[in-house]
Amino acid sequence: MKKISLIVSLAALIAISSALYNCAGPGDETGYADAAQKVYVAPGQYDEFYSFMSGGFNGQVSVYGLPSGRMFKSISVFSQNPETGYGYTPETTPMLETSYGMVPWDDAHHPELSQTDGIPDGRWLFINGNNTPRVARIDLRTFETAEILEIPNSAGNHGSPFVTMNTEYVIASTRFSLPIPQRDVAISSYKENFKGTLTFIRADNETGDMEIAFQILVPGFDYDLAHAGKGPSHGWAFFTSYNSEQANTLLEINASRNDKDFVAAVNWKKAEEYLKEGKGKRVKVDYTNNYYDEEEHQAHSEMRNEVTVIYPEDCPGLIYYLPTPKSPHGVDVDPSGEYIVAGGKLATVIPVHSFSKMLTAIENEEFEGDIDGIPILKYESVNAGEVENCGLGPLHTEFDGKGYAYTSAFISSEIVKWKIGTWEVVDRIPTYYSIGHLMIPGGDSKEPWGKYVVALNKITKDRYLPTGPELCQSAQLIDISGDKMKLLLDFPTVGEPHYAQAIPAEILMNNTKRFYELEKNKHPFKTGGEAEARAERTGSEIHIYMTASRTHFKPDNIEGVRVGDKVFFHVTNLEQDWDIPHGFAVKGALTSELLIMPGETKTLVWYPKKEGVFPFYCTDFCSALHQEMQGYIRVSPANSNAAVSYN
Amino acid sequence: MKKILFTVLLALLVLWGCGTKEESAGSTPNTDFKEKVAAKFGLTLFELDNGIGPIKEKINLTNQIDQIMAKSGEDVFVQKCAQCHKLDERYTGPALRGVTERRSPEYIMNMILNPEEMTKRHPEAKKMLAQYANQMTFQNVTEDDARNLLEYLRSVNQ
Repeated sequence: MKKISLIVSLAALIAISSALYNCAGPGDETGYADAAQKVYVAPGQYDEFYSFMSGGFNGQVSVYGLPSGRMFKSISVFSQNPETGYGYTPETTPMLETSYGMVPWDDAHHPELSQTDGIPDGRWLFINGNNTPRVARIDLRTFETAEILEIPNSAGNHGSPFVTMNTEYVIASTRFSLPIPQRDVAISSYKENFKGTLTFIRADNETGDMEIAFQILVPGFDYDLAHAGKGPSHGWAFFTSYNSEQANTLLEINASRNDKDFVAAVNWKKAEEYLKEGKGKRVKVDYTNNYYDEEEHQAHSEMRNEVTVIYPEDCPGLIYYLPTPKSPHGVDVDPSGEYIVAGGKLATVIPVHSFSKMLTAIENEEFEGDIDGIPILKYESVNAGEVENCGLGPLHTEFDGKGYAYTSAFISSEIVKWKIGTWEVVDRIPTYYSIGHLMIPGGDSKEPWGKYVVALNKITKDRYLPTGPELCQSAQLIDISGDKMKLLLDFPTVGEPHYAQAIPAEILMNNTKRFYELEKNKHPFKTGGEAEARAERTGSEIHIYMTASRTHFKPDNIEGVRVGDKVFFHVTNLEQDWDIPHGFAVKGALTSELLIMPGETKTLVWYPKKEGVFPFYCTDFCSALHQEMQGYIRVSPANSNAAVSYN
Repeated sequence: MKKILFTVLLALLVLWGCGTKEESAGSTPNTDFKEKVAAKFGLTLFELDNGIGPIKEKINLTNQIDQIMAKSGEDVFVQKCAQCHKLDERYTGPALRGVTERRSPEYIMNMILNPEEMTKRHPEAKKMLAQYANQMTFQNVTEDDARNLLEYLRSVNQ
């Protein structure tokens, strides 16, 4: 009986909602009842995709589920996180070391999944730091930052990190050209003294460990974005540039004079040959390579002092310029590897270059000149077509793997769908508001999962409940499974999302690490079981080897500490099961708490400044007796003779 | 009514629990009753006596303690168990000296290897969870480790 009435009410509900839907007034861009079903992930069910969105100026990566738009985690990269201790603990601060010292912030724009045979493989996620040029590698088993490499001879590391088909290289380019090597010169001597670099980072195929393979010194333009070739164009990489005017002030006007700037096409296989011939020059420059040792639970920072630089004038055939209208931003290679699409911010069309035409033009030397020995190919010789009526301010293009491309248009705030080959626009949909990047899962790879496109918007204005002067930024999920794009969902994002990547959940979820094995824990201050829990004095340093398990710390009473000591709480979480972190906080700590995963050891440094007794406790609700998980540390006067004791 | 029946069953089970160690083959009135109890909890007779988990048949034990195994078991115990279990003192979990008198060897190993399911489904393990208010967790030990731990727990009785 109950069942029948449930069915009746459900039917009524559906009838009413479809009636409402049919009468939908202005502002109802989609059938929302239908949209709701498409984004609804029932309780206990999983999302279809993991999506990684850059946090922009928050220096992090946020992990969302698609299609629900639910956020799972914020990964600390170029940031400090008082929630976990990242960037505060002695174990993690080396990750943020640079040749300038410890830089705990950066501007992170472009996440990029590692690829095997041109397909995202779910092993690592790379992301750039712009301001103090760096590339980070996140391990997708742990969703933690595993490595950060500083990029020398670079400034504004915007055009990075984009991978080649088998992640042979992670590529990067300078937005700001610089005097290379750095020196004291007049800014007005820009044209004479400033250069850009294109950097090729080698990633070890097994470990992912990064090192700079080589840099190419290029004319002093602003190199903006990049993508590597695939399929037939594997072995090449493409970089956009603007400011071919080489202006050094008021770029808004002075760098917008030329009708065309350039896409730089780099033959990196040729570069490898030249390197073998010894054409690279070793150049002295300091930069850091920081990596996290998962077994030591400890980051290490190493200073490097040299890079190999290649000069195009010594290496014919290494690099060509493809004229491209006008101040191009994104450069995207279609799944077949044949078409190179540039988004000219100020252009009225989207130019599409043909890789095969480019090769022919190179062979026939169809050049219209050169810059510093780099041949400029003729536009007509490389261009395959132009997408007209493409919206204002076209920036970035992603692909659905079904013969269509989707370009974001910032000024007209829309996504434009067009057909590869005929270059005709077949659909367009407004975005709310001012779209920057857009992302299709695998949409820059050889085989996109072309079900959704996500619009990453800069402005939300009236789309959400207001939160004072600072409003959230947003993503919009759009269904691209049919002929017409359909808006499904708005969801706010953390920080400013620039680029994003997404990958089917099943590729990642089975590889996720659940805890750190205690047997493998090689932290120098590990406590291997409660029997080893202790406190030791060495001069004015107190090292507390502490264990955490539900629901106590051992030791939990510590005495014999003196004002002026430096106290290290080395806390080892002895749990060996998933989802049992413990927290650790002590009164008067000047930095953060610790959030310690099962099997992990982390250290909080604490400076006792006053006599008294100070509590510490577990901050992560770990069990029914979580509130009992607490202890005290006693601080005696600086001249006290009390020996360290604990229980 | 259901509640009363459950209480009666539980009471009987507690009484019967004293006899856990006796393993009798064949169908006796006692076995019939235990089968009913097991069915009531959705368990097999083996599971009722020996816990739920990877240990699905009786293991061979002699009265002799294998000292090498017991020492390995002690090492694992110190590193991974002692934060919650002492031998003679109630701690996060129950004191463990004499546990081999209270539980079957297979039950002990299954509790070590599969504690979450045990505390969800086995009536005895459920009672322990209610009493200690802390979910025992799997500590990433192998079946061999669990066997060594059993040997260690057997050794401390002597």
